[in-house]
Amino acid sequence: MPTTETYNDHVVRLFLLAAAVWGIVGMTIGVYVAAELAWPALNFDIPWLTFSRLRPNHTFGVIFAFGGSALIGTCYYVVQRTGHTRLAHPRLANFTFWGWQLACVLAMATMPFGITQSKEYAEPEWFIDILIAVVWVSIGVVFFSTLARRRIRHIYVANWYYGAFIIAVGLLHIINNIAIPVSLTKSYPVYSGAVDAMVQWWYGHNAVAFFLTAGFLGMMYYFVPRQAKQPLWSYRFSIVNFWALISIYMWAGSHHLMYTALPDWVQSVGMAFSLVLLMPSWGSAANGLLTFNGSWHRLKSDPAAKFMVISLVFYAASTFEGSLMAVKTVNALSHYTDWTVAHVHSGSIGWVAMITIGSLYAMAPRALGRPMHSHKGMELHFWMHTIGLLLYVLAMWIAGVMQGLMWRATNPDGSLTYAFIDGLIATHPWYVIRLLGGLLVVGGMAVMAWNLWHTAADARKHLISPIPVPIPEPTAHQSPAPRPAMA
Amino acid sequence: MARGYRGYKYFEAIEKNAGLLGILTLIMVSIGGLAEITPIFMEAHAVKPALGVQPYSPLRLAGKDIYVREGCYLCHTQMIRALRAESERYGPYSTASESVYDRPHQWGSKRTGPDLARVGGKYSDEWQRVHLKDPRAVVPESNMPGYPWLSKALVDPDEVQTKMRVLRMLGDPYTDEDIAGARKAVAGHTEMEAIIAYLQGLGIDNVPQAEAPAGAKGAP
Repeated sequence: MPTTETYNDHVVRLFLLAAAVWGIVGMTIGVYVAAELAWPALNFDIPWLTFSRLRPNHTFGVIFAFGGSALIGTCYYVVQRTGHTRLAHPRLANFTFWGWQLACVLAMATMPFGITQSKEYAEPEWFIDILIAVVWVSIGVVFFSTLARRRIRHIYVANWYYGAFIIAVGLLHIINNIAIPVSLTKSYPVYSGAVDAMVQWWYGHNAVAFFLTAGFLGMMYYFVPRQAKQPLWSYRFSIVNFWALISIYMWAGSHHLMYTALPDWVQSVGMAFSLVLLMPSWGSAANGLLTFNGSWHRLKSDPAAKFMVISLVFYAASTFEGSLMAVKTVNALSHYTDWTVAHVHSGSIGWVAMITIGSLYAMAPRALGRPMHSHKGMELHFWMHTIGLLLYVLAMWIAGVMQGLMWRATNPDGSLTYAFIDGLIATHPWYVIRLLGGLLVVGGMAVMAWNLWHTAADARKHLISPIPVPIPEPTAHQSPAPRPAMA
Repeated sequence: MARGYRGYKYFEAIEKNAGLLGILTLIMVSIGGLAEITPIFMEAHAVKPALGVQPYSPLRLAGKDIYVREGCYLCHTQMIRALRAESERYGPYSTASESVYDRPHQWGSKRTGPDLARVGGKYSDEWQRVHLKDPRAVVPESNMPGYPWLSKALVDPDEVQTKMRVLRMLGDPYTDEDIAGARKAVAGHTEMEAIIAYLQGLGIDNVPQAEAPAGAKGAP
């Protein structure tokens, strides 16, 4: 059957480029704020350079700008490939790219100047939140319209996760950010005190669940089998894990508020669901890892596969750690310390960044029409990233447990052993080691950017031709029959 | 396996229908939040009028919003957990009523610096001023940034008034006299004075006086 329909990889390439740029920007800011914690003179008494003004730029930059661009880009790539169809609404798809970038630039340009809601991970002010909501609904329209015109009846697993990511993040974002503006640059949330805390951590925890987990699991479910050159280990296992993961995660937010003024029953429910959550989390990690059965030898020659395997190991490790930290007794020690920071970064540098980088290295040769420019560059990146990650999380684990123990240490007469400042002094060397880890990770990202830039040589000269969509022949009794190719 | 196969048919139907998949996903992700947030939301509305605590005074309101603007919550919590070592260090554990006028809440999630829920009255105004300007002038090992610009900027009286009107709309019990008197209360005050007023009231102004815990000031 002759075909005239091609994949829309243009918008995918734009998102990938944005992801590479934001990755470096967001992580560089992270390194700088880490240095400020070690050497406060680096704040220079300049308001917009001050730690407390700049840290949201690091978290927003890596989660929403880097992670978001990577997720939407791969989502558009995967939904076309698994549905054998071209992306619906090309103009709206372009709008989602420029709209998302505008929202990211606006957020990053306003937060350091004190224009912030100071709701953790939801800092941008109301006018940016409205833009984000509009772009997000548009992404949903593009994604579900593309699903609706798929030529393969069965919706592949990766798309369930991308779908849940889009639906849940939209819901979380809108409900958490309901606020009444006072002026262009200031608003008050409709929730206050304990209610605000509950809504905020329902949002904050599930931003982790649906942005940093479900979305990236969608990436994993497509690119891991692709790179392992094997079918998914168990399809039925993925059904169980999907429904369990999306429903249980939403209950677990209150584990961020253990021993606080939140009603006790909510804390206990949050803890119970956090423990149950380990099952679908490890189920998904196992499904990914076992997909490599029979092709483990590829790890010797394929850096993309290496990134993916280590990312799954860290996904399993940090979800175990998360369930453990949700146990009240453990939380009493870990909460408010740098252990939380270690946990977040084992999840983000280990799982999120590595599955993204693995997927980028898997996708770039296909989207850019030639193999990666430098194999050694990818190997170097892998080792810089892995060593940086280990330095980072080990330093923060040690610092966190140490702080927790120092804060609760008492003398035989019941008085406290340490003043607060003692814990900070003891943490200083670990802040320096953490900084070194962060530098290695950013260095690795720079190597990746250089490598992608050279791989994209043809794309930059507009030499690559769009890839045709393979239109499947209808099998007997297939209903509805596949759509004909578009003119 | 025959039973397992029949059960799978239902999943197959979902996986071939994008609309159904989307709707079921929406239902599954909504349950947790509804179950946890709704009761707390209802409870908060029932509890509020019983409080003997007044909303923020105009100057403290301006100070609180400076605290929010500067992002202090990233390193300081305002939530003393119900744990012995915490009460030993910071004072009696925090209750929900103490943050009922905080939009957004400032409970925080990380203690690079100490908890501030009961910092009010622990240090003098002068200590707070020097410390906010240059923390290492009074605590040499501190890694807190300095905020010297707060001394240079004045609180905007018009803005405070607008804020109080919006807060009243959201349910905070400000009277017409409160709002009318706000301009005078903040006129001429620097942002530094406002944030110090805010800090000095923490653990004092937001605790019902009858229940004000004796020895609210824990160890430094």
